[in-house]
Amino acid sequence: MVDLSGHSAEDRQFSSKRESQRNARYGGILFLIYLVVYAIFVGLNTFMPEIMDRVPFAGLNLAIVYGVGLIVFALILALVYSWLCRVSIPHSVEGDSKSATGKED
Amino acid sequence: MGGTSILAISVFAFFVAVTLGLSFYLGSRTRSAHSYFAAGGQIHWFVNGVAFAGDYLSAASFLGICGMIAFFGYDGFLYSIGYLAGWVVALFVVAEPMRRLGKYTFADALDAKFHSRGIKLAAAISTLVVSIFYLIPQMVGAGALIQPLLNLPHWVGVVAVGAVVVVIVMTAGMASTTYVQFLKGGLLVLFSFILSLLILNRGFKTVEPESVSQPQTIAKLADGKTMINGVLKDGTPNGGKLRPAGEVLKLPNGEKETGPLGPIEFFQVFRESKIVLWKTTNTTEKDGTKVTTYTPTPTDGVDILRPGQAPIFQGIRGKSLAPKIDFLSLMLALFCGTASLPHILIRYYTVKDEAAARKSTVVGIATIGFFYVLTLYIGIGAMTSGALDLTDTNMAAPLLAKSFGELLFAIISAIAFTTVLGTVSGLIVAASGAVVHDVCTSYLQWKLNDHEKVRLGKISAVGVGIIAIVLGILFQKMNVSFLVGWAFSVAASANLPSLVMRLFWKGTTRQGITASIIVGMASALIWILLSGESYSKIYGLKAEDAIVPFSQPGIVTIPLGFLVLILVSLATPHGRASDSNE
Repeated sequence: MVDLSGHSAEDRQFSSKRESQRNARYGGILFLIYLVVYAIFVGLNTFMPEIMDRVPFAGLNLAIVYGVGLIVFALILALVYSWLCRVSIPHSVEGDSKSATGKED
Repeated sequence: MGGTSILAISVFAFFVAVTLGLSFYLGSRTRSAHSYFAAGGQIHWFVNGVAFAGDYLSAASFLGICGMIAFFGYDGFLYSIGYLAGWVVALFVVAEPMRRLGKYTFADALDAKFHSRGIKLAAAISTLVVSIFYLIPQMVGAGALIQPLLNLPHWVGVVAVGAVVVVIVMTAGMASTTYVQFLKGGLLVLFSFILSLLILNRGFKTVEPESVSQPQTIAKLADGKTMINGVLKDGTPNGGKLRPAGEVLKLPNGEKETGPLGPIEFFQVFRESKIVLWKTTNTTEKDGTKVTTYTPTPTDGVDILRPGQAPIFQGIRGKSLAPKIDFLSLMLALFCGTASLPHILIRYYTVKDEAAARKSTVVGIATIGFFYVLTLYIGIGAMTSGALDLTDTNMAAPLLAKSFGELLFAIISAIAFTTVLGTVSGLIVAASGAVVHDVCTSYLQWKLNDHEKVRLGKISAVGVGIIAIVLGILFQKMNVSFLVGWAFSVAASANLPSLVMRLFWKGTTRQGITASIIVGMASALIWILLSGESYSKIYGLKAEDAIVPFSQPGIVTIPLGFLVLILVSLATPHGRASDSNE
């Protein structure tokens, strides 16, 4: 079925699939970044809790700075992800490059 | 706690009336199963995002975390960090595929390609178990709130929440639940912010050391009577009461009062102050009298603002490995648990598409993250408010509000009660959806029309509500944050391996998914039942006699779920392979 802009259902599905792949790729990278930062925090608390007593900033100890920082960092990554995923992949571009992307896959 | 406040009752009644009015209004517009179980997929992403906060910020977050910070300091904030981190998994890994693959329940997404009755049944059992586990702390929190607010016994609060929630869910299902959660999420964050501003404006004030030098005791005599600080508790206003706690002994530079403080200055001053914490010890005398003694322990602020003060986390500062692994296990479960909670996952079906699912999760992270930062101010504010009830960690935030006046106490208590309503509603919708769609329609293959599905959903809601009430009464004495930690472990062990592997590993088979859910759930449950915490707090046995070496199961049972899925998938025919892109 062709819509008003001349794209078939297959085109739209393909475009949506590419978009999902792209978003999953961005999500995976951002997830790994956060996982590393969170793992370091948990590891320090578990095996070197005395490091959390250090005062790196404005009279606040590392426990507070890192803890609040993790919450703020999650929001920053969420906004970055939202920004990266904001653009829809046009049907026509995807339609034209189907064969090429097929090889990539 | 004082007598019943007319103002408190009025505010409380107003909140409940608005909640029920909204439910009945939306109920008149709910016709189909899709509108009942998924609000027709028509909720705006912003409303859904705030509703995420309303769904997620449960009694554990508001009552449990604030209470834990108020009694032990920074350790409670570790829960805030873990809970929020879990949303990263939800946004980056789960949100969009869930919306793409499912319609009503968490099992829909797992089973989208396989059409397996086994997966549906396993996922339904997991949904019911996790929902009921998560319901317990909510109901306990409700009972804790009712006692000081309406001067009624704990069980009355539990029954009241159960009854109101069942009405909310029976009227309009997911639509009413969503808007109750939206209102509750917005109000909770707004009033937590107001409360934090009041805390900063009040600053800190010292008390005379003599006023807090004496221990306090509760003695339960063999004949059933209770003596508090040596006075018989007889229900009269002067008949034996603990003194409220929460004092600052010393401020920097010998000041007596700080006046208003900035948000960073608040912690700077606190670090250099001396605060009274109360250590609890339980003893049994020869005549059978059980004595609980609360001993004032002056503690430096610098020690309170670091990990390892709370009894459950003290082990991270010791040499033994088991408590450290216990802590790691909890933080892993919190990280993995959010994206595995059925009542959170089904919220992705209430928006129209994947972009809306993504945007609503970002709004949820912003709202929830902001609230969790505020828990530090509320918890420390409660610790220094002079209004703490030593017998109840869960009441720290409402009693802090009381120190600012009866009206704020009434509003905060009513919001806390609505908090419980919002979360419990979501859990009951998730559980009833699993019963109707996964068990009755998919597994038992009952042929039900839309009307019958909705009716069965309402009957299931009543059943789950009754179970929640009974468990809420039985688990009265447990800290709600701790109980939620267990719920997260069960959810993460049962659901996350299958969900992640289903989305990202093409070799996943239906047998692998089913086995992973069953093994993950069963192993987490068995571990919890054999843990030291269960031994001491549920069975009344010695924690040291427990069979498993630490209480939190996640670090063993989550990898076990992944391992089982991989091994079973490799050993079974591939059949209809999953595809991460469909």
